[in-house]
Amino acid sequence: MHVTHRIVSKRQLSEEVFRMEIEAPYIAQERKAGQFVIVQYDQEYSERIPLTIADADPDRGTITLIFQTVGASTHRLALKEPGDEVIVLGPLGNPTHIENFGWAVCVGGGIGLAPLYPIARALKDAGNRLTVISGARTRDLLIMQEELAAVADEHIVVTDDGSFGRKALVTAPLEELCRRTPPPDIVVAIGPPIMMKFCAQTTRPFGVKTLVSLNTIMIDGTGMCGGCRVTVGDKVKFVCVDGPEFDGHLVDWDNMLSRLGAYRQQEQTAHEQCHLEMQLRTLQEERS
Amino acid sequence: MTHRTDMNMDPASLELAKWRSTPLTPRTRLQIPAQDMPCQDPAVRRANMQEVALGYTPAQAMLEAERCLQCKNAPCIAGCPVRVDIPAFIGKIKEGDFLEAARIIKRTNLLPSICGRVCPQEKQCQEPCTVGKALGGVEKAVQIGRLERFVADYERAQGAVDIPRVPASTGKRVAIVGAGPAGLTCAADVRREGHEVTIFEAFHKVGGVMVYGIPEFRLPKALVAAEAQVLETMGVSFELSFLVGRTRPLLSLLQKDGFDAVFIGTGAGLPKFMDIPGENLVGVFSANEYLTRANLMKAYERGKAGTPIYPSRRVAVLGGGNVAMDAARMALRLGAEEVRVLYRRTRDEMPARAEEVEHAMEEGIIFDFLKSPTRVLGDDTGRVAALEVLSYELGEPDESGRRRPVPIRGSETIIPFDTVIVAIGNESNPLISRTTPELKVDRHGHILVDERQKTSIERVYAGGDIVLGSATVILAMGEGRRAAAAINEILQ
Ligand SMILES: Cc1cc2nc3c(=O)[nH]c(=O)nc-3n(C[C@H](O)[C@H](O)[C@H](O)COP(=O)(O)OP(=O)(O)OC[C@H]3O[C@@H](n4cnc5c(N)ncnc54)[C@H](O)[C@@H]3O)c2cc1C
Ligand SMILES: Cc1cc2nc3c(=O)[nH]c(=O)nc-3n(C[C@H](O)[C@H](O)[C@H](O)COP(=O)(O)OP(=O)(O)OC[C@H]3O[C@@H](n4cnc5c(N)ncnc54)[C@H](O)[C@@H]3O)c2cc1C
Ligand code: SF4
Ligand code: SF4
Ligand code: FES
Repeated sequence: MHVTHRIVSKRQLSEEVFRMEIEAPYIAQERKAGQFVIVQYDQEYSERIPLTIADADPDRGTITLIFQTVGASTHRLALKEPGDEVIVLGPLGNPTHIENFGWAVCVGGGIGLAPLYPIARALKDAGNRLTVISGARTRDLLIMQEELAAVADEHIVVTDDGSFGRKALVTAPLEELCRRTPPPDIVVAIGPPIMMKFCAQTTRPFGVKTLVSLNTIMIDGTGMCGGCRVTVGDKVKFVCVDGPEFDGHLVDWDNMLSRLGAYRQQEQTAHEQCHLEMQLRTLQEERS
Repeated sequence: MTHRTDMNMDPASLELAKWRSTPLTPRTRLQIPAQDMPCQDPAVRRANMQEVALGYTPAQAMLEAERCLQCKNAPCIAGCPVRVDIPAFIGKIKEGDFLEAARIIKRTNLLPSICGRVCPQEKQCQEPCTVGKALGGVEKAVQIGRLERFVADYERAQGAVDIPRVPASTGKRVAIVGAGPAGLTCAADVRREGHEVTIFEAFHKVGGVMVYGIPEFRLPKALVAAEAQVLETMGVSFELSFLVGRTRPLLSLLQKDGFDAVFIGTGAGLPKFMDIPGENLVGVFSANEYLTRANLMKAYERGKAGTPIYPSRRVAVLGGGNVAMDAARMALRLGAEEVRVLYRRTRDEMPARAEEVEHAMEEGIIFDFLKSPTRVLGDDTGRVAALEVLSYELGEPDESGRRRPVPIRGSETIIPFDTVIVAIGNESNPLISRTTPELKVDRHGHILVDERQKTSIERVYAGGDIVLGSATVILAMGEGRRAAAAINEILQ
């Protein structure tokens, strides 16, 4: 039975962020900006981990994923090496609607900069004037900067701690851009849910259409389980088949945030366990 | 699946000898009591995942087989969607030729170990059985499903499962989308004609609902894996984690990848919710999500599985079908202290298999009939805290002759729960139709087919839940077979 895909390369971008290139010819061919895959590190016990396709090379038949090790499953995935096999399902979700809007502003926070890049590039290719706002907690977590700088007409960089660029949250420059006349024609914000929530709040008074890419908890990713549901404009939507992108002004953020925390306690235990195991492994490796 | 009891030590063999000491007549056959199937003790099994029912011993099977009157008109056959030759296989069990019995069943039903376990027999083959009619109760009918399960298990335990012979390749290629019962059956029948078959399955395991929905304690996953193994041995190829419509457009299979025909068996999708306030609170799940976490992702093996399951103490399950029973019994096994099934009608109207309802009751699941929730109430962190529940009473009969439940005004009560599992059915899976505009579907999203399972697109066939809505394993298999026959014909 054919089920796995080979990891071609792996690079650590920062303490917590990894970039993996995986052989997946069909996905590389079919995928469009805004789509994601579900990855499993094994067939028996792995969780299904949704990750955005950050880049793809149809000629080589590979896709690139960039992920942050936030919990047990992403840690286990990060332990995989080139040559190892993983399970990949995709491309999932609807592609971003790309057109020439005029002036497009792309806002990325932390790991969200990775999924932002293909969208920013597609918007640029469609003829938009492109402003990119890159934000992260600290300098070390600013990823995809070269790529983003290369496609942006204007690139604004902020960090929470001021270790690089302006010391600010992404919402500060976003608000300034909205005050320009005319304001941006479209804003795309991708990052931690709380950041997307505040970006949507920032643009709302200006009436600037704001797309967000929701990273709800998922199981199948094909519209079967309903685990990824969110309330958007008083309607229940399934992120994996109706999204992942929605109008940020219509999303019920508080409900989405509390649903993301459904398994917090178990995740924490698993994460700690995972760290213990890794320490043990390092100890054993050192001894032998 | 071995039969632990030696024939001679089995009390049923004494019983069998006693009944056989004089020639059996229809009248004496009717006196043999229906054989119960041994089960794990309810107090033990409610805390483990192992199969609940243990299966007949050979002597029990032969004794049960003696109850069959071998009716000339065999009304039971008409009750079976795939027309298993029931008197013939039961006749072989009487003779002790269990392997021949298995062969007879497999002429029409490729997955007897599964159907014997999950078919709603009391509404299918056993419903019209003469013995049940004569004794005045369908529960007294010949236990056809249990016998079917017995011979299939026996065949496997003997290592005697015969792999259908596949003729030399015809060079024709068929793509099967979805590895549920519909797809697997279609694959086997098409492969038997010598065509090359590839099954594309979205999940990382084969079996559809049989692996992600129906729990281990009712259908051991090893059985499903064994059936997949048979197909592999026959030369069927599998592409797992492959979502047709996304990984590859449906029509590319025909136009670019050289397939000569396609069968779509993608099953149900999009769980229905009640559409009541509070349904997006943390702790409200569709049964699909809850069961997939538990079964497919093995969340019950805590510590090993990467997928977490919600820690529940008081669970409400909404619905009255097999899915509701499975979710309730799973919640119990995952450690819930109290599990209540809320159903708007009464036990008589429950669509679940009778055996599952009985098993659930034995295990201590509480049934609140004539009740339905109106609101989910949350705590200040957005988690489920309680249900507001409305009571109903039975009113006048409706068109179907069933008494219609009518709400009792002002009967709302609040019952504390921390988990709510919604098991009221599914819409259809939208993915293929959304990505293949040429494919005609009805307003519920079910794929439209003709009497030979052909869709609106040439060389594309469909069957199972994606056509029927939520159906049964055996109906899905029946559709897979019919499609295979049509495909084999156009590939001649
Ligand atoms: C469509 C989509 C695209 C995504 N793209 C990327 C990406 O490109 N790069 C990246 O690093 N991450 C991405 N994510 C998030 C990523 O899937 C989660 O970080 C990962 O599943 C967490 O698993 P874990 O076991 O390591 O952490 P856990 O310990 O399980 O969780 C840690 C935190 O992540 C949240 N989380 C848990 N499970 C999920 C889940 N299935 N989906 C989303 N959040 C979850 C939890 O609420 C918790 O706050 C994406 C999520 C979605 C839905
Ligand atoms: C919890 C539960 C309990 C049940 N209990 C019983 C019972 O006791 N008895 C009984 O007879 N019936 C029962 N049923 C119903 C029965 O399981 C279904 O009717 C039957 O499985 C339908 O078979 P199928 O082949 O049409 O679809 P499924 O079994 O749903 O299989 C479809 C497969 O297609 C895959 N797929 C979907 N889309 C794609 C795509 N685009 N590309 C590739 N693959 C795809 C899915 O991942 C899945 O594996 C139960 C159902 C549930 C949910
Ligand atoms: S396949 Fe199902 S309905 Fe048919 S005989 Fe077997 S158990 Fe009965
Ligand atoms: S109807 Fe009942 S008694 Fe008659 S042949 Fe069928 S199983 Fe036997
Ligand atoms: S992840 Fe299951 S429906 Fe979206």
